Amino acid sequence: MSNSTSVQFNIQVGDDLTHNVKPLLNEIKHGLDNLIETGRTTIIDLRSLPLAPGEEEKILNTLGQGEVQAQLNALGLSEVTETQYAGVWIVTHYNDEQHIISRFIEVTTMPEILCSQTEDVMEAYSRLTLDLADNP
Amino acid sequence: MTNNKDKTLLDNSGVDKTGVDKTLGEVLRSQGVSRRSFLKFCAATASMMAMSPAMIPKIAHALESARRPSVIWLSFQECTGCTESLTRAHTATIESLIFDFISLDYHHTLQAAAGHAAEEAREAAMKENDGKYLLVVDGSIPMDNPGYSTIAGISNYDMLMETAKGAAAIIAVGTCATYGGIPHADPNPTGAVSVGDLIKDKPIINVPGCPPIPVVITGVLMHFLTFGTIPELDHIGRPKVFYGQSIHDRCYRRPFYDKGLFAETFDDEGAKKGWCLYKLGCKGPTTYNACATTKWNDGTSWPIEAGHPCLGCSEPDFWDGGGFYKSLSMPTENITQTAIYTVAGAAAAGVALGAMNKNKKSSAVAAHNKTTIDDLEK
Ligand code: SF4
Ligand code: SF4
Repeated sequence: MSNSTSVQFNIQVGDDLTHNVKPLLNEIKHGLDNLIETGRTTIIDLRSLPLAPGEEEKILNTLGQGEVQAQLNALGLSEVTETQYAGVWIVTHYNDEQHIISRFIEVTTMPEILCSQTEDVMEAYSRLTLDLADNP
Repeated sequence: MTNNKDKTLLDNSGVDKTGVDKTLGEVLRSQGVSRRSFLKFCAATASMMAMSPAMIPKIAHALESARRPSVIWLSFQECTGCTESLTRAHTATIESLIFDFISLDYHHTLQAAAGHAAEEAREAAMKENDGKYLLVVDGSIPMDNPGYSTIAGISNYDMLMETAKGAAAIIAVGTCATYGGIPHADPNPTGAVSVGDLIKDKPIINVPGCPPIPVVITGVLMHFLTFGTIPELDHIGRPKVFYGQSIHDRCYRRPFYDKGLFAETFDDEGAKKGWCLYKLGCKGPTTYNACATTKWNDGTSWPIEAGHPCLGCSEPDFWDGGGFYKSLSMPTENITQTAIYTVAGAAAAGVALGAMNKNKKSSAVAAHNKTTIDDLEK
Protein backbone atom coordinates (compact mmCIF):
# COMPACT_ATOMS: atom_id res chain seq x y z
CA MET A 1 0.00 0.00 0.00
CA SER A 2 2.73 2.44 0.91
CA ASN A 3 4.94 1.62 -2.06
CA SER A 4 3.46 1.32 -5.50
CA THR A 5 5.98 1.08 -8.29
CA SER A 6 3.77 0.83 -11.36
CA VAL A 7 1.12 3.43 -10.51
CA GLN A 8 1.94 6.72 -8.82
CA PHE A 9 -0.72 7.65 -6.31
CA ASN A 10 -0.42 10.92 -4.56
CA ILE A 11 -1.30 9.27 -1.30
CA GLN A 12 1.28 7.84 1.01
CA VAL A 13 0.72 6.10 4.24
CA GLY A 14 3.39 7.40 6.49
CA ASP A 15 3.61 6.60 10.17
CA ASP A 16 3.05 10.24 10.97
CA LEU A 17 -0.38 10.01 9.36
CA THR A 18 -1.79 7.30 11.53
CA HIS A 19 -3.06 9.39 14.35
CA ASN A 20 -6.10 7.32 15.11
CA VAL A 21 -4.58 3.88 15.55
CA LYS A 22 -3.10 4.34 19.03
CA PRO A 23 -6.15 6.02 20.61
CA LEU A 24 -8.39 3.32 19.17
CA LEU A 25 -6.22 0.53 20.55
CA ASN A 26 -6.32 2.28 23.91
CA GLU A 27 -10.10 2.45 23.72
CA ILE A 28 -10.15 -1.31 23.06
CA LYS A 29 -7.93 -1.88 26.08
CA HIS A 30 -10.33 0.20 28.13
CA GLY A 31 -13.18 -1.91 26.72
CA LEU A 32 -11.44 -5.11 27.85
CA ASP A 33 -10.95 -3.65 31.29
CA ASN A 34 -14.66 -2.84 31.39
CA LEU A 35 -15.58 -6.34 30.27
CA ILE A 36 -13.46 -7.89 33.02
CA GLU A 37 -14.71 -5.55 35.75
CA THR A 38 -18.40 -5.21 34.89
CA GLY A 39 -19.12 -7.66 32.06
CA ARG A 40 -20.23 -4.74 29.90
CA THR A 41 -19.89 -4.83 26.12
CA THR A 42 -18.19 -2.03 24.17
CA ILE A 43 -18.97 -1.55 20.49
CA ILE A 44 -16.96 0.78 18.24
CA ASP A 45 -18.27 1.70 14.80
CA LEU A 46 -15.22 1.84 12.56
CA ARG A 47 -17.15 3.94 10.05
CA SER A 48 -17.58 6.73 12.56
CA LEU A 49 -13.85 7.46 12.69
CA PRO A 50 -11.98 9.69 10.25
CA LEU A 51 -9.36 7.17 9.18
CA ALA A 52 -6.53 7.86 6.75
CA PRO A 53 -5.95 5.48 3.86
CA GLY A 54 -4.40 2.34 5.27
CA GLU A 55 -5.35 3.01 8.89
CA GLU A 56 -8.19 0.52 8.99
CA GLU A 57 -5.86 -2.20 7.64
CA LYS A 58 -3.30 -1.20 10.23
CA ILE A 59 -5.84 -1.57 13.04
CA LEU A 60 -7.03 -4.94 11.72
CA ASN A 61 -3.45 -6.17 11.27
CA THR A 62 -2.53 -5.14 14.79
CA LEU A 63 -5.53 -6.97 16.22
CA GLY A 64 -4.73 -10.05 14.14
CA GLN A 65 -6.71 -13.28 14.10
CA GLY A 66 -7.67 -15.49 17.00
CA GLU A 67 -9.39 -18.81 17.44
CA VAL A 68 -12.89 -18.12 16.10
CA GLN A 69 -14.06 -17.25 12.63
CA ALA A 70 -17.77 -17.38 11.80
CA GLN A 71 -19.81 -16.51 8.76
CA LEU A 72 -23.49 -15.70 8.74
CA ASN A 73 -25.86 -15.48 5.89
CA ALA A 74 -28.37 -12.90 6.97
CA LEU A 75 -29.34 -10.22 4.41
CA GLY A 76 -26.01 -10.80 2.75
CA LEU A 77 -22.82 -12.13 4.29
CA SER A 78 -21.43 -11.18 7.69
CA GLU A 79 -18.10 -12.19 9.15
CA VAL A 80 -17.49 -12.44 12.85
CA THR A 81 -13.89 -13.00 13.89
CA GLU A 82 -12.24 -13.12 17.25
CA THR A 83 -8.92 -11.32 17.16
CA GLN A 84 -5.72 -12.51 18.79
CA TYR A 85 -6.96 -10.66 21.87
CA ALA A 86 -9.70 -12.87 23.32
CA GLY A 87 -12.85 -10.85 23.85
CA VAL A 88 -12.07 -8.47 20.99
CA TRP A 89 -14.15 -9.26 17.90
CA ILE A 90 -14.42 -7.78 14.43
CA VAL A 91 -17.94 -7.87 13.02
CA THR A 92 -18.18 -7.03 9.31
CA HIS A 93 -21.49 -6.83 7.46
CA TYR A 94 -21.57 -7.09 3.68
CA ASN A 95 -24.37 -6.48 1.21
CA ASP A 96 -25.27 -8.69 -1.75
CA GLU A 97 -22.51 -7.15 -3.82
CA GLN A 98 -19.88 -8.08 -1.24
CA HIS A 99 -19.38 -4.45 -0.28
CA ILE A 100 -18.81 -3.70 3.37
CA ILE A 101 -21.82 -1.86 4.74
CA SER A 102 -20.66 -1.60 8.31
CA ARG A 103 -17.78 -2.77 10.46
CA PHE A 104 -17.66 -2.85 14.22
CA ILE A 105 -15.12 -3.76 16.84
CA GLU A 106 -16.99 -5.49 19.66
CA VAL A 107 -15.42 -6.08 23.03
CA THR A 108 -17.56 -8.87 24.46
CA THR A 109 -17.52 -12.59 25.28
CA MET A 110 -19.95 -13.30 22.44
CA PRO A 111 -21.24 -10.89 19.77
CA GLU A 112 -25.01 -10.70 20.00
CA ILE A 113 -25.47 -11.40 16.29
CA LEU A 114 -23.99 -14.91 16.75
CA CYS A 115 -26.53 -15.91 19.40
CA SER A 116 -29.74 -17.59 18.31
CA GLN A 117 -32.52 -15.06 18.77
CA THR A 118 -35.59 -15.91 20.84
CA GLU A 119 -38.01 -15.00 18.02
CA ASP A 120 -36.13 -17.24 15.59
CA VAL A 121 -36.05 -20.09 18.12
CA MET A 122 -39.81 -19.78 18.64
CA GLU A 123 -40.38 -19.79 14.89
CA ALA A 124 -38.12 -22.84 14.59
CA TYR A 125 -40.14 -24.64 17.25
CA SER A 126 -43.43 -24.12 15.42
CA ARG A 127 -41.90 -25.09 12.10
CA LEU A 128 -40.44 -28.31 13.46
CA THR A 129 -43.73 -29.12 15.17
CA LEU A 130 -45.56 -28.65 11.84
CA ASP A 131 -42.97 -30.70 9.95
CA LEU A 132 -43.34 -33.54 12.43
CA ALA A 133 -47.13 -33.38 12.17
CA ASP A 134 -46.87 -33.51 8.37
CA ASN A 135 -44.60 -36.54 8.42
CA PRO A 136 -45.71 -38.66 11.34
CA MET B 1 -31.57 -7.68 -5.64
CA THR B 2 -31.17 -4.49 -7.62
CA ASN B 3 -34.10 -5.63 -9.71
CA ASN B 4 -36.02 -6.24 -6.59
CA LYS B 5 -35.25 -2.72 -5.41
CA ASP B 6 -36.35 -1.21 -8.69
CA LYS B 7 -39.49 -3.27 -8.56
CA THR B 8 -40.29 -1.96 -5.13
CA LEU B 9 -39.85 1.62 -6.25
CA LEU B 10 -41.91 1.16 -9.36
CA ASP B 11 -44.62 -0.74 -7.59
CA ASN B 12 -45.22 2.11 -5.23
CA SER B 13 -46.93 4.19 -7.86
CA GLY B 14 -49.84 4.85 -5.62
CA VAL B 15 -51.75 1.77 -6.72
CA ASP B 16 -50.34 -0.78 -4.33
CA LYS B 17 -51.27 0.27 -0.84
CA THR B 18 -50.92 -3.14 0.82
CA GLY B 19 -49.07 -2.98 4.06
CA VAL B 20 -49.41 0.74 4.67
CA ASP B 21 -50.81 -0.02 8.11
CA LYS B 22 -48.31 -2.71 9.03
CA THR B 23 -45.41 -2.07 11.33
CA LEU B 24 -41.91 -2.63 9.97
CA GLY B 25 -41.56 -5.66 12.28
CA GLU B 26 -44.66 -7.19 10.71
CA VAL B 27 -43.54 -6.37 7.16
CA LEU B 28 -40.16 -8.00 7.75
CA ARG B 29 -41.54 -11.09 9.46
CA SER B 30 -44.07 -11.60 6.67
CA GLN B 31 -41.12 -11.55 4.26
CA GLY B 32 -39.37 -14.27 6.24
CA VAL B 33 -36.61 -11.96 7.51
CA SER B 34 -35.10 -13.55 10.64
CA ARG B 35 -34.55 -11.68 13.86
CA ARG B 36 -30.82 -12.04 13.37
CA SER B 37 -31.12 -10.36 9.95
CA PHE B 38 -33.20 -7.65 11.56
CA LEU B 39 -30.43 -7.06 14.10
CA LYS B 40 -27.95 -6.71 11.25
CA PHE B 41 -30.32 -4.25 9.61
CA CYS B 42 -30.48 -2.26 12.86
CA ALA B 43 -26.68 -2.28 13.23
CA ALA B 44 -26.26 -0.99 9.67
CA THR B 45 -29.01 1.57 10.27
CA ALA B 46 -27.32 2.84 13.45
CA SER B 47 -24.08 3.21 11.52
CA MET B 48 -25.95 4.94 8.69
CA MET B 49 -27.61 7.35 11.14
CA ALA B 50 -24.18 8.05 12.65
CA MET B 51 -25.54 6.89 15.99
CA SER B 52 -23.64 5.14 18.72
CA PRO B 53 -23.84 1.34 18.50
CA ALA B 54 -25.24 1.54 22.04
CA MET B 55 -28.43 2.78 20.36
CA ILE B 56 -28.95 -0.46 18.39
CA PRO B 57 -31.47 -1.99 20.87
CA LYS B 58 -33.44 1.30 20.92
CA ILE B 59 -33.43 1.44 17.12
CA ALA B 60 -34.57 -2.18 16.97
CA HIS B 61 -37.40 -1.44 19.37
CA ALA B 62 -38.52 1.71 17.53
CA LEU B 63 -38.31 0.09 14.09
CA GLU B 64 -40.27 -2.97 15.20
CA SER B 65 -43.30 -0.87 15.93
CA ALA B 66 -42.78 1.92 13.36
CA ARG B 67 -45.58 2.25 10.81
CA ARG B 68 -45.07 2.48 7.09
CA PRO B 69 -45.14 6.16 6.20
CA SER B 70 -46.23 7.75 2.97
CA VAL B 71 -43.49 9.71 1.20
CA ILE B 72 -44.02 12.23 -1.57
CA TRP B 73 -40.89 13.30 -3.41
CA LEU B 74 -40.94 16.46 -5.54
CA SER B 75 -38.15 17.37 -7.96
CA PHE B 76 -37.87 20.97 -9.13
CA GLN B 77 -34.89 22.76 -10.75
CA GLU B 78 -32.37 19.97 -10.33
CA CYS B 79 -30.12 17.59 -12.26
CA THR B 80 -31.47 14.33 -10.75
CA GLY B 81 -28.04 13.85 -9.17
CA CYS B 82 -29.63 13.70 -5.72
CA THR B 83 -32.03 10.91 -6.71
CA GLU B 84 -29.17 9.20 -8.50
CA SER B 85 -27.10 9.44 -5.32
CA LEU B 86 -29.91 7.99 -3.21
CA THR B 87 -30.69 5.07 -5.50
CA ARG B 88 -27.00 4.24 -5.67
CA ALA B 89 -26.73 4.05 -1.89
CA HIS B 90 -24.43 1.13 -1.36
CA THR B 91 -26.43 -0.90 1.10
CA ALA B 92 -28.35 -2.77 -1.60
CA THR B 93 -30.20 -5.26 0.57
CA ILE B 94 -30.75 -2.95 3.48
CA GLU B 95 -31.69 -0.21 1.06
CA SER B 96 -34.34 -2.34 -0.58
CA LEU B 97 -35.76 -3.00 2.88
CA ILE B 98 -36.04 0.72 3.47
CA PHE B 99 -37.86 1.13 0.19
CA ASP B 100 -40.10 -1.78 1.12
CA PHE B 101 -40.79 -0.01 4.33
CA ILE B 102 -41.71 3.41 3.04
CA SER B 103 -44.62 3.90 0.73
CA LEU B 104 -43.05 6.08 -1.95
CA ASP B 105 -46.29 7.38 -3.39
CA TYR B 106 -44.93 9.96 -5.78
CA HIS B 107 -41.52 10.44 -7.33
CA HIS B 108 -41.71 11.41 -10.96
CA THR B 109 -38.33 9.93 -11.91
CA LEU B 110 -38.86 6.58 -10.20
CA GLN B 111 -42.57 5.93 -10.44
CA ALA B 112 -44.11 3.94 -13.28
CA ALA B 113 -47.17 6.17 -13.58
CA ALA B 114 -46.95 9.35 -15.65
CA GLY B 115 -49.11 12.35 -16.48
CA HIS B 116 -52.58 12.43 -14.92
CA ALA B 117 -52.15 9.05 -13.19
CA ALA B 118 -49.02 10.32 -11.45
CA GLU B 119 -50.67 13.54 -10.29
CA GLU B 120 -53.67 11.54 -9.10
CA ALA B 121 -51.34 9.32 -7.05
CA ARG B 122 -49.90 12.43 -5.40
CA GLU B 123 -53.31 13.88 -4.66
CA ALA B 124 -54.57 10.54 -3.32
CA ALA B 125 -51.54 10.15 -1.04
CA MET B 126 -51.98 13.72 0.23
CA LYS B 127 -55.64 13.16 1.00
CA GLU B 128 -55.26 9.75 2.63
CA ASN B 129 -52.30 10.74 4.78
CA ASP B 130 -53.15 14.35 5.46
CA GLY B 131 -50.89 15.79 8.14
CA LYS B 132 -48.80 12.60 8.28
CA TYR B 133 -46.84 12.21 5.08
CA LEU B 134 -43.21 13.06 4.64
CA LEU B 135 -42.38 15.49 1.84
CA VAL B 136 -38.96 15.23 0.23
CA VAL B 137 -37.88 17.97 -2.16
CA ASP B 138 -34.87 18.21 -4.42
CA GLY B 139 -34.17 21.19 -6.66
CA SER B 140 -34.74 24.92 -6.24
CA ILE B 141 -37.88 26.87 -7.06
CA PRO B 142 -37.78 29.56 -9.80
CA MET B 143 -39.61 32.71 -8.71
CA ASP B 144 -38.94 35.00 -11.70
CA ASN B 145 -41.19 33.20 -14.11
CA PRO B 146 -43.24 30.16 -13.07
CA GLY B 147 -42.91 28.83 -16.62
CA TYR B 148 -39.19 28.16 -16.15
CA SER B 149 -40.00 24.85 -14.49
CA THR B 150 -43.34 23.08 -14.40
CA ILE B 151 -44.59 19.54 -13.82
CA ALA B 152 -47.81 18.48 -15.52
CA GLY B 153 -48.43 22.17 -16.19
CA ILE B 154 -48.20 23.04 -12.49
CA SER B 155 -45.53 25.53 -11.48
CA ASN B 156 -42.92 24.36 -8.97
CA TYR B 157 -44.06 27.04 -6.54
CA ASP B 158 -47.73 25.97 -6.67
CA MET B 159 -46.88 22.29 -6.35
CA LEU B 160 -44.58 22.89 -3.39
CA MET B 161 -47.05 25.09 -1.52
CA GLU B 162 -49.94 22.73 -2.16
CA THR B 163 -48.04 19.59 -1.18
CA ALA B 164 -46.33 21.13 1.85
CA LYS B 165 -49.67 22.02 3.45
CA GLY B 166 -50.48 18.50 4.68
CA ALA B 167 -46.91 17.30 5.29
CA ALA B 168 -45.73 16.28 8.76
CA ALA B 169 -42.22 17.42 7.89
CA ILE B 170 -40.13 18.32 4.87
CA ILE B 171 -36.70 17.01 3.98
CA ALA B 172 -34.90 19.30 1.53
CA VAL B 173 -32.35 17.13 -0.27
CA GLY B 174 -29.34 18.64 -2.04
CA THR B 175 -27.84 22.10 -2.05
CA CYS B 176 -30.41 23.37 -4.61
CA ALA B 177 -33.41 22.60 -2.40
CA THR B 178 -31.63 23.66 0.78
CA TYR B 179 -29.87 26.86 -0.28
CA GLY B 180 -30.62 27.41 -3.97
CA GLY B 181 -27.50 25.64 -5.25
CA ILE B 182 -26.34 25.97 -8.84
CA PRO B 183 -29.53 27.65 -10.14
CA HIS B 184 -29.13 30.27 -7.42
CA ALA B 185 -25.52 31.05 -8.42
CA ASP B 186 -24.87 34.61 -9.51
CA PRO B 187 -26.62 36.04 -11.55
CA ASN B 188 -29.44 33.63 -10.62
CA PRO B 189 -31.26 33.85 -13.95
CA THR B 190 -34.44 32.10 -12.80
CA GLY B 191 -34.76 33.82 -9.42
CA ALA B 192 -34.16 30.44 -7.75
CA VAL B 193 -34.96 30.13 -4.05
CA SER B 194 -34.75 27.29 -1.54
CA VAL B 195 -37.57 25.41 0.18
CA GLY B 196 -36.76 27.17 3.44
CA ASP B 197 -37.10 30.56 1.73
CA LEU B 198 -40.74 29.79 0.97
CA ILE B 199 -41.99 27.62 3.79
CA LYS B 200 -41.84 28.89 7.33
CA ASP B 201 -44.54 26.92 9.15
CA LYS B 202 -43.26 23.34 8.81
CA PRO B 203 -40.27 21.53 10.25
CA ILE B 204 -37.63 21.41 7.49
CA ILE B 205 -34.54 19.21 7.59
CA ASN B 206 -31.83 20.44 5.23
CA VAL B 207 -29.63 17.72 3.72
CA PRO B 208 -27.26 19.71 1.50
CA GLY B 209 -24.49 18.42 -0.74
CA CYS B 210 -24.00 18.38 -4.48
CA PRO B 211 -25.13 15.65 -4.30
CA PRO B 212 -25.55 14.72 -0.64
CA ILE B 213 -23.76 11.53 0.43
CA PRO B 214 -26.18 8.63 -0.23
CA VAL B 215 -26.05 7.23 3.29
CA VAL B 216 -26.63 10.70 4.70
CA ILE B 217 -29.90 10.90 2.74
CA THR B 218 -30.99 7.44 3.86
CA GLY B 219 -29.69 8.10 7.37
CA VAL B 220 -31.88 11.20 7.72
CA LEU B 221 -34.87 9.40 6.21
CA MET B 222 -34.33 6.50 8.59
CA HIS B 223 -34.04 8.81 11.57
CA PHE B 224 -37.43 10.30 10.81
CA LEU B 225 -38.96 6.90 10.10
CA THR B 226 -37.44 5.26 13.15
CA PHE B 227 -38.12 7.87 15.77
CA GLY B 228 -40.75 10.00 14.06
CA THR B 229 -38.79 13.05 15.15
CA ILE B 230 -36.53 15.65 13.61
CA PRO B 231 -32.85 15.14 14.44
CA GLU B 232 -31.03 17.98 16.16
CA LEU B 233 -30.26 20.67 13.57
CA ASP B 234 -27.54 23.29 13.25
CA HIS B 235 -28.14 27.02 12.64
CA ILE B 236 -28.87 26.43 8.95
CA GLY B 237 -31.14 23.45 9.40
CA ARG B 238 -28.68 20.58 8.90
CA PRO B 239 -28.68 17.47 11.13
CA LYS B 240 -25.78 17.85 13.53
CA VAL B 241 -24.85 14.16 13.46
CA PHE B 242 -23.76 14.52 9.85
CA TYR B 243 -22.96 18.21 9.55
CA GLY B 244 -21.77 18.96 13.08
CA GLN B 245 -18.09 19.00 12.27
CA SER B 246 -16.16 20.62 9.48
CA ILE B 247 -14.40 18.60 6.81
CA HIS B 248 -11.19 20.17 8.13
CA ASP B 249 -11.78 18.99 11.70
CA ARG B 250 -12.08 15.39 10.61
CA CYS B 251 -9.68 15.42 7.68
CA TYR B 252 -6.93 12.81 7.81
CA ARG B 253 -4.57 15.37 6.19
CA ARG B 254 -5.00 17.63 9.19
CA PRO B 255 -1.70 16.60 10.82
CA PHE B 256 0.05 18.09 7.75
CA TYR B 257 -1.96 21.26 7.99
CA ASP B 258 -1.02 21.51 11.64
CA LYS B 259 2.65 21.13 10.73
CA GLY B 260 2.38 23.69 7.92
CA LEU B 261 3.02 21.14 5.17
CA PHE B 262 1.07 22.07 2.04
CA ALA B 263 0.86 20.84 -1.55
CA GLU B 264 1.50 23.88 -3.77
CA THR B 265 0.51 22.24 -7.07
CA PHE B 266 -1.30 19.05 -7.97
CA ASP B 267 1.88 17.25 -8.91
CA ASP B 268 4.58 18.53 -6.59
CA GLU B 269 6.36 16.58 -3.89
CA GLY B 270 3.83 17.71 -1.28
CA ALA B 271 0.91 16.46 -3.38
CA LYS B 272 2.64 13.10 -3.80
CA LYS B 273 3.22 12.86 -0.08
CA GLY B 274 -0.43 13.52 0.63
CA TRP B 275 0.08 16.90 2.31
CA CYS B 276 -2.70 19.35 3.08
CA LEU B 277 -4.58 20.82 0.09
CA TYR B 278 -5.33 24.17 1.70
CA LYS B 279 -3.24 26.20 -0.72
CA LEU B 280 -4.89 24.46 -3.66
CA GLY B 281 -8.19 25.97 -2.60
CA CYS B 282 -9.51 23.45 -0.08
CA LYS B 283 -12.78 24.71 1.45
CA GLY B 284 -12.63 22.06 4.19
CA PRO B 285 -12.21 24.65 6.97
CA THR B 286 -15.56 26.34 6.16
CA THR B 287 -17.48 23.26 5.00
CA TYR B 288 -19.62 21.05 7.19
CA ASN B 289 -20.32 17.58 5.85
CA ALA B 290 -19.70 13.90 6.63
CA CYS B 291 -17.32 13.04 3.75
CA ALA B 292 -14.27 12.57 5.97
CA THR B 293 -15.88 9.73 7.92
CA THR B 294 -18.65 8.37 5.69
CA LYS B 295 -16.63 8.70 2.48
CA TRP B 296 -18.06 7.96 -0.99
CA ASN B 297 -18.61 4.95 -3.23
CA ASP B 298 -19.16 2.26 -0.62
CA GLY B 299 -16.83 4.00 1.80
CA THR B 300 -13.98 3.60 -0.71
CA SER B 301 -12.56 7.10 -0.70
CA TRP B 302 -13.52 10.76 -0.82
CA PRO B 303 -12.40 13.86 -2.74
CA ILE B 304 -9.55 14.86 -0.42
CA GLU B 305 -8.30 11.28 -0.25
CA ALA B 306 -8.30 11.31 -4.07
CA GLY B 307 -6.07 14.39 -3.95
CA HIS B 308 -8.62 17.08 -4.73
CA PRO B 309 -9.54 19.96 -2.44
CA CYS B 310 -13.04 20.17 -0.97
CA LEU B 311 -15.25 22.53 -3.02
CA GLY B 312 -17.60 23.30 -0.16
CA CYS B 313 -20.60 21.73 -1.85
CA SER B 314 -22.76 21.52 1.27
CA GLU B 315 -22.61 25.24 2.08
CA PRO B 316 -24.87 28.11 0.99
CA ASP B 317 -23.51 30.09 -2.00
CA PHE B 318 -20.79 27.57 -2.67
CA TRP B 319 -20.66 28.58 -6.34
CA ASP B 320 -20.11 32.21 -5.45
CA GLY B 321 -17.56 31.74 -2.70
CA GLY B 322 -14.50 32.59 -4.82
CA GLY B 323 -12.58 30.27 -7.15
CA PHE B 324 -12.55 26.57 -6.38
CA TYR B 325 -8.77 26.56 -6.60
CA LYS B 326 -8.16 29.80 -4.74
CA SER B 327 -7.18 29.28 -1.15
CA LEU B 328 -9.51 30.66 1.46
CA SER B 329 -7.07 33.00 3.16
CA MET B 330 -4.04 33.39 1.08
CA PRO B 331 -0.61 34.53 2.13
CA THR B 332 2.00 31.95 2.84
CA GLU B 333 3.36 33.71 5.93
CA ASN B 334 -0.09 33.77 7.44
CA ILE B 335 -0.60 30.09 6.98
CA THR B 336 2.83 29.25 8.31
CA GLN B 337 2.24 31.63 11.18
CA THR B 338 -1.07 29.97 11.92
CA ALA B 339 0.58 26.60 11.62
CA ILE B 340 3.09 27.58 14.29
CA TYR B 341 0.32 28.55 16.66
CA THR B 342 -1.51 25.42 15.70
CA VAL B 343 1.21 23.18 17.01
CA ALA B 344 0.68 24.86 20.36
CA GLY B 345 -3.11 24.77 20.30
CA ALA B 346 -4.70 23.17 17.28
CA ALA B 347 -8.27 23.91 18.27
CA ALA B 348 -7.76 27.60 19.00
CA ALA B 349 -5.87 28.22 15.78
CA GLY B 350 -8.52 26.31 13.87
CA VAL B 351 -11.15 28.63 15.24
CA ALA B 352 -9.09 31.70 14.38
CA LEU B 353 -8.49 30.52 10.86
CA GLY B 354 -12.12 29.55 10.51
CA ALA B 355 -13.11 33.12 11.35
CA MET B 356 -10.54 34.46 8.91
CA ASN B 357 -11.90 32.17 6.22
CA LYS B 358 -15.51 33.14 6.88
CA ASN B 359 -14.63 36.80 6.32
CA LYS B 360 -12.80 35.96 3.18
CA LYS B 361 -15.76 33.97 1.96
CA SER B 362 -18.24 36.74 2.67
CA SER B 363 -16.09 39.32 0.92
CA ALA B 364 -15.83 36.99 -2.06
CA VAL B 365 -19.60 36.68 -2.08
CA ALA B 366 -19.97 40.44 -1.80
CA ALA B 367 -17.60 40.98 -4.71
CA HIS B 368 -19.44 38.34 -6.76
CA ASN B 369 -16.20 36.60 -7.57
CA LYS B 370 -16.72 34.14 -10.34
CA THR B 371 -14.65 31.10 -11.19
CA THR B 372 -12.96 31.69 -14.50
CA ILE B 373 -11.04 29.37 -16.74
CA ASP B 374 -7.94 31.13 -15.41
CA ASP B 375 -8.83 30.03 -11.90
CA LEU B 376 -9.18 26.46 -13.02
CA GLU B 377 -5.91 26.52 -14.88
CA LYS B 378 -3.94 28.11 -12.10
S1 SF4 C 1 -7.40 22.33 4.50
FE1 SF4 C 1 -8.47 20.67 3.45
S2 SF4 C 1 -6.87 19.09 3.01
FE2 SF4 C 1 -6.05 20.52 4.55
S3 SF4 C 1 -6.52 19.54 6.50
FE3 SF4 C 1 -8.19 20.98 6.07
S4 SF4 C 1 -9.77 19.78 5.03
FE4 SF4 C 1 -7.84 18.59 4.96
S1 SF4 D 1 -15.24 16.96 0.05
FE1 SF4 D 1 -16.33 18.93 0.14
S2 SF4 D 1 -16.99 19.38 -2.00
FE2 SF4 D 1 -16.37 17.22 -1.89
S3 SF4 D 1 -18.30 16.14 -1.54
FE3 SF4 D 1 -17.37 16.51 0.49
S4 SF4 D 1 -18.25 18.49 1.18
FE4 SF4 D 1 -18.67 18.30 -1.02
